[in-house]
Amino acid sequence: MERIQTRRFNTDNLFKGIIYAALILLAVVILVPLLWVVMASFKQNSEFYGSPWTPPQGLYWQNFTDAWTTARMGEFMLNSVITTALSLLLLLIVALPAAYVLSRFSFRGKKALNTMFMGGLFINVNYIVVPIFLMFVDGDKWLRGIGLPPVFLNNIYVLALVYAATALPFTIYLLSGYFITLPKAYEEAAYIDGASNFATMVKIMFPMAKPAIITVILFNFLAFWNEYVIAMTLLSDPKGAKTLPVGLMNLMKAQNAAAQYGRMYAGLVLVMLPTLILYMAVQRKLTQGMTLGGLKG
Amino acid sequence: MDKHKGRRLFAFLCVAPAVILFIIFMVIPTFNVFRMSLYRWGGFSARRTFIGLENFTRLFQDMKFIQSFQNTVFLVVLVSVITLSLALLFAGILSREKIKGQNFFRVVFYIPNILSVVIISAIFNAIYDPHNGMLNSILALFKPEGAEPVYWLGTQSIVLYSLAGAMIWQAVGYYMVMYMASMASIPEALYESANLEGASRTTQFFRITIPLIWTNIRTTLTFFIISSINLSFMFVKAMTSGGPDGSTEVFLSYMYKQAYTNSAYGYGMAIGVVVFVFSFVLSAIVNAVTRREVMEV
Repeated sequence: MERIQTRRFNTDNLFKGIIYAALILLAVVILVPLLWVVMASFKQNSEFYGSPWTPPQGLYWQNFTDAWTTARMGEFMLNSVITTALSLLLLLIVALPAAYVLSRFSFRGKKALNTMFMGGLFINVNYIVVPIFLMFVDGDKWLRGIGLPPVFLNNIYVLALVYAATALPFTIYLLSGYFITLPKAYEEAAYIDGASNFATMVKIMFPMAKPAIITVILFNFLAFWNEYVIAMTLLSDPKGAKTLPVGLMNLMKAQNAAAQYGRMYAGLVLVMLPTLILYMAVQRKLTQGMTLGGLKG
Repeated sequence: MDKHKGRRLFAFLCVAPAVILFIIFMVIPTFNVFRMSLYRWGGFSARRTFIGLENFTRLFQDMKFIQSFQNTVFLVVLVSVITLSLALLFAGILSREKIKGQNFFRVVFYIPNILSVVIISAIFNAIYDPHNGMLNSILALFKPEGAEPVYWLGTQSIVLYSLAGAMIWQAVGYYMVMYMASMASIPEALYESANLEGASRTTQFFRITIPLIWTNIRTTLTFFIISSINLSFMFVKAMTSGGPDGSTEVFLSYMYKQAYTNSAYGYGMAIGVVVFVFSFVLSAIVNAVTRREVMEV
């Protein structure tokens, strides 16, 4: 009996060892490139020609000033903040009432609307970016035709509207799924107290949906902040406004041509830092939220 | 009666903005993808001729399109199989074994998912750089002095695997956290009785864990396929632009190229239609193939 137990103990140890080795290997594969980028952002251009593993000779902050001003990353940072904040605000204003009504009211056509939004989950924005772009081209052409300045392309506010609109299916799906689980008694009580539909929704139901709302904000923040295909398409003017990921894309292209390594990695750190800080602050909520939402597209 | 009417008006006002935005920015563009695919639609000029299915017949004789088709299928299959197996494996380990620093691993593995595809592409450009990239500098330790470096993104036979590496790096953590969440709902008693009967960990993993979260695996597989079609485009656009010599062109990057650099909007949209149909058919196939009797506890 004792012998069996010690043998079991030994294979157990071996098994544990293999598990730890695998986990640590994966962690290294993820962390090392990230730390490398931070290290590279402090290197001078001449330092990039040796081994990639030599630490920087000093903290070359000039890279960050270059990225911030010369490569306009500071300006793009502001654009990204505005676009992300505005699209989140718009999204919540539009999606919250819709999700509430679609999950807790009964009316004709409700099923059709729910099916329509569910179908939207399968439409990826990248599939339809070309028609959206052409729609704005036509819109601008029409505006010029009647003597007004074009407003649709190269406009971060329009970009925010597109972000909000295309995030609706996922957001409504997630919020409805939460609203449906809340007990009916709250609305009935509010009804007896004579509260209006609007007051019931805003004062009673929305606060109760807080966990779902936080999840929605987190996921969409990451989606909007990181998005680049739509931004690149709709903000096509090289001198015009850009968001951070698009600016970074340009830096990558410039790096290939003119070998501005340090500046590019500094730009990379600037884009990466806000998401990493946010993630560290809310990682528990974010990974818990996934059970709530289930999936993203 | 009046109250009832007010309630209906309230419901309408809540749903209307969402429906309008959804129709303008998702339904109409989707419809336009299909409509435009039937036209010869060149650039910004007003020249639009109805040509029926000619775009499609041309498409299936276009060797570049066929290559992008093959590349997409290759990437989708390779990336989903590896990502989901790794995610399941690590989720199984982290949720079943008593691991020190479990939370640390969970947090670290999820990081790539919060980063923009542009950032990940820039990081992998640094990893894959032929002359002073991280990967080649490690390989150089095992190779004779002066050996030819590997051109990870410049060799036609390797570049798809290099892209797959970046895509897997990005997605493993997300799906791992997702599977961990659903594994947490499996009752502990099942494993206890399996232990009593002497079932090994591997047996437990394949006979208890996998069957019990099968529904979740099916859903993630379907969603993952759709998002891989999309992500493959975002990585190709940021890392290789379809090169070298079209060997990494995927569906959507070819569509984008036709629409913007070639100004062949109609032709591009015919590709869009194929992508829609392809992703639906593929999800249907996956759904049918993975259908099992659901085990419930």
